Amino acid sequence: MTLLSVRDLQTHFLTRDGAARAVDGVSFDIARGEILGLVGESGSGKSVTGFSLIGLVDPPGRIMGGSIRFDGQELVELSAEAMRDLRGRRIAMVFQDPGATLNPVLTIGQQMVLALRAHRAMATAAARELSASRLTRLGIPDAMARLDSYPHEFSGGMRQRVAIAMALLHGPDLIIADEPTTALDVSIQAQILVEMRRLAKETGTALIWISHDLAAVAAVADRIMVMYAGRIVESGPVATVLRGPLHPYTRGLLDSLPAMAEPGQALRQIPGNTPSLLALPAGCPFAPRCPGADAVCATPPPVVETPGRMARCHHPLPA
Amino acid sequence: MTALLLAEAVTRRFTRRASVGDRIAGLFGANADRRSVQAVTDVSLTLAAGETLGLVGESGCGKSTLGRMLAGILPPTSGRVLFDGAPPMAGGHKVTTRIQTVFQDPFASLNPRRRIGDSIAEGPIAHGFVSRDASAALVADWLRRVGLDPVFAQRFPHQFSGGQRQRVAIARALAMQPDVMVCDEPVASLDVSIQAQIINLFLDLRRDLGLTCLFISHDLSVVRHVADRVAIMYLGRIVESGTAAAVYSAPAHPYTRALLDSSPKLGLDRPAPLRPIAGELPSPLAPPPGCAFHPRCPLATEVCRVERPALAPSVTGGLVACHHAG
Repeated sequence: MTLLSVRDLQTHFLTRDGAARAVDGVSFDIARGEILGLVGESGSGKSVTGFSLIGLVDPPGRIMGGSIRFDGQELVELSAEAMRDLRGRRIAMVFQDPGATLNPVLTIGQQMVLALRAHRAMATAAARELSASRLTRLGIPDAMARLDSYPHEFSGGMRQRVAIAMALLHGPDLIIADEPTTALDVSIQAQILVEMRRLAKETGTALIWISHDLAAVAAVADRIMVMYAGRIVESGPVATVLRGPLHPYTRGLLDSLPAMAEPGQALRQIPGNTPSLLALPAGCPFAPRCPGADAVCATPPPVVETPGRMARCHHPLPA
Repeated sequence: MTALLLAEAVTRRFTRRASVGDRIAGLFGANADRRSVQAVTDVSLTLAAGETLGLVGESGCGKSTLGRMLAGILPPTSGRVLFDGAPPMAGGHKVTTRIQTVFQDPFASLNPRRRIGDSIAEGPIAHGFVSRDASAALVADWLRRVGLDPVFAQRFPHQFSGGQRQRVAIARALAMQPDVMVCDEPVASLDVSIQAQIINLFLDLRRDLGLTCLFISHDLSVVRHVADRVAIMYLGRIVESGTAAAVYSAPAHPYTRALLDSSPKLGLDRPAPLRPIAGELPSPLAPPPGCAFHPRCPLATEVCRVERPALAPSVTGGLVACHHAG
């Protein structure tokens, strides 16, 4: 059952030098309980896509067009007040740096109780009880006592667990997680990847996992979307896409990973740099870096669809 | 195999300086809190000329501190570092130009107000490797070798992308004609496609210049790709070392195995399910007794709680510090 349906989303940043189309015609669906990995390099628009969904795009950024339907409700035209009611209750967000999310001068318990009371009337004892149960679920030992700790008393990994527990407080339908494990050590990242996957499957919460790390996304997601220069260039089931990508950019990303080459051998690199959003080439934005590009790539690439999969390319690779 | 750079039982302790309040409290007989962190404890290792040693561990394990001691920019509390038979530091200063360092964040290591050509030329001019008049040619040559246009010499650091800045940092280090490069997380903050470009550049330059390298990283797949030998650190000590091929295919220490099982892998087949280890890194302020890994180790027994295992030869030809290795 489709929970969120995004169509032709346009989020632009209006700068002195012109409009940077950070999100340019993004469309996708996500079902309840589904984990969608949103992958791309810096500046690809993956985080702006996440922020657009939850109405947190700051000026000079603006949603210029498109539709975001969440459980039958259109979010693009929603009033700030109605959006605030949804945010945290039905759609929650987890950021890369939990230190920036948590208030350093309040205990974890005070913050969680405040977050709960923001959306419903609740006695303190009951709110603390519920908060402790969420912390326990995220693997924080001795949760009732830890409610009285301040954020700085937790390690980086534990702080991120606290941030995720807070996101889960209201039992949201959708969690948007922006690089949630990027700053963590591999052993802690592995614990959180496994736990998030279990939580999404148990509670039916849909999860959008935004990351630059293909391997982490492969471990957590059901479906993957690859973004380049504000557009989705490829999407599909994660194992299928990573085994046989249709888009040359996805192929290039995979091939540039050290794990895909013999030790000591040159990696197959993508030449050049990601283009400036203010000076995108006409047609396919990846064409200047693409090994298979020819004259036709100067025109906008068509959407190639096979069941469950999509790529935006004039010359898709054989699957 | 002659060691070009070696560490003999180096230990580095950082002690918090007593604050004014602590000292006043001390006057009245209070027990001042003078906790010290032992970032690196009793580490010995060697780098043979021409080899690349990968130093792997999670945050706080002491890998950067060890790297700084080997680079001659941080004195050990005890033990000694020898480069080509002599300490790289004397009187609190680095005394060799033959070891150079590249850090994770090139923006922090380049002066934002200087043109990058001046930053690159500064060291070679100061040490008399090149005259001021000939320095422009040297800068142009190095920019070309790291894949940048020589006209970029006139630009400032903020005009470069992250990958380009890391190229500049590499050019600046290599312009000093070092024998040894200490690279501390040189690709950690770069995008995947840029990371591949920098790794390829590193492989080419290492081969062409015959460099000896210490490559510090938390990323197991990057280290596997560039290193001949690896050393795994946990809480200030080396727990396992050996050839990269042996350590990755047959890890002898449970921590090494746990690290490998924890990192998501992209193979040609289905991604293997992650098998995370329980628990977190203990605080270096209060390391566990016995084997520091025992609270998280699936193999731990009584002996691990009381006796610290020494590094001993492993079956795969490396060294391992574990009571239950084998």
